[in-house]
Amino acid sequence: MTLQSLLETPLPDLSVLPSLSVLRGVAVTALGVVAVVTGALVFRVDSMARATYLLAASFVAVGAAVVALHLDYVGVVVVLMMLMEMAVMGVFMVMLMGMNPALMPMSMVHSNRRALVAAGASFVVLTVGILLVEWPTRATAAPDGSAGSTEGGATTYSLGDALMGDHMLVMMVVSPVMLATIVAGVVLAQASGRYERLGDDLKGARR
Amino acid sequence: MTLEVVLVLAAALFSVGLYGALSQQVVVMVMMGLELMLNGVVLAAAGFWWFTAPEPSLQVLLVVVLAAMTVEMAMGFAVALLLHRTSGADMTDMAAELKQ
Repeated sequence: MTLQSLLETPLPDLSVLPSLSVLRGVAVTALGVVAVVTGALVFRVDSMARATYLLAASFVAVGAAVVALHLDYVGVVVVLMMLMEMAVMGVFMVMLMGMNPALMPMSMVHSNRRALVAAGASFVVLTVGILLVEWPTRATAAPDGSAGSTEGGATTYSLGDALMGDHMLVMMVVSPVMLATIVAGVVLAQASGRYERLGDDLKGARR
Repeated sequence: MTLEVVLVLAAALFSVGLYGALSQQVVVMVMMGLELMLNGVVLAAAGFWWFTAPEPSLQVLLVVVLAAMTVEMAMGFAVALLLHRTSGADMTDMAAELKQ
């Protein structure tokens, strides 16, 4: 496919998305419940390794739910990214905790009651808001349950088109932020930089 | 299957994450709580995308949330490492210099 023909390809019409099939609806609900349960268990189990795996399971469930909502690209990115993050997290736990994190029972909480109250209150407030608000529905009614333009990666196409077109500013902002994160991470985690060794003016004797 | 179901599940994820972020003492566990809160945001945004406005802008918002998660993890680990190196602390209560 030449660049010209690619540019002339009409954008997929996302307004004709099919309605969510019953199967997908059930899948999204079930995966959401799994995500909440595994997420809650993260703070209940008494080993850090299990907590890490449970958090990874929670993220995979949300990623799968996002895929079930026809956001294929974002869902897959969530799963891949979070699995790697949890692997890194496991390494950090072993490193920082200085113990066998898989075997050591632990309960390291503070202000448990206040935290529970705050979390419960936030859930109640959010749920009341969710149930009271009259949410808008999609402007274009879903025609039927048949496969529509979501087939063939249309949503992924539209995301890429947005990022490289109307919403390029987002990409332009996120990229330097990521670069700054890399630099800041190295600076913070470095054992001793030249400013520690040579002083603020970099002229001091080696300490 | 309605938007409300997705949003309530997302609110539950957010609240569980809030509990973890507030109650946990270990820095890495606090970060797990923050991640869970963002996890709820991802689910809610995906629900909004499907049920109210299936247009690219909301997908772009999701990409931004994912970027925020990445930055949070990277910076969190860097700060945790720095804390551990300078004061041997791996718990939030051990890093309360600013409190005094």
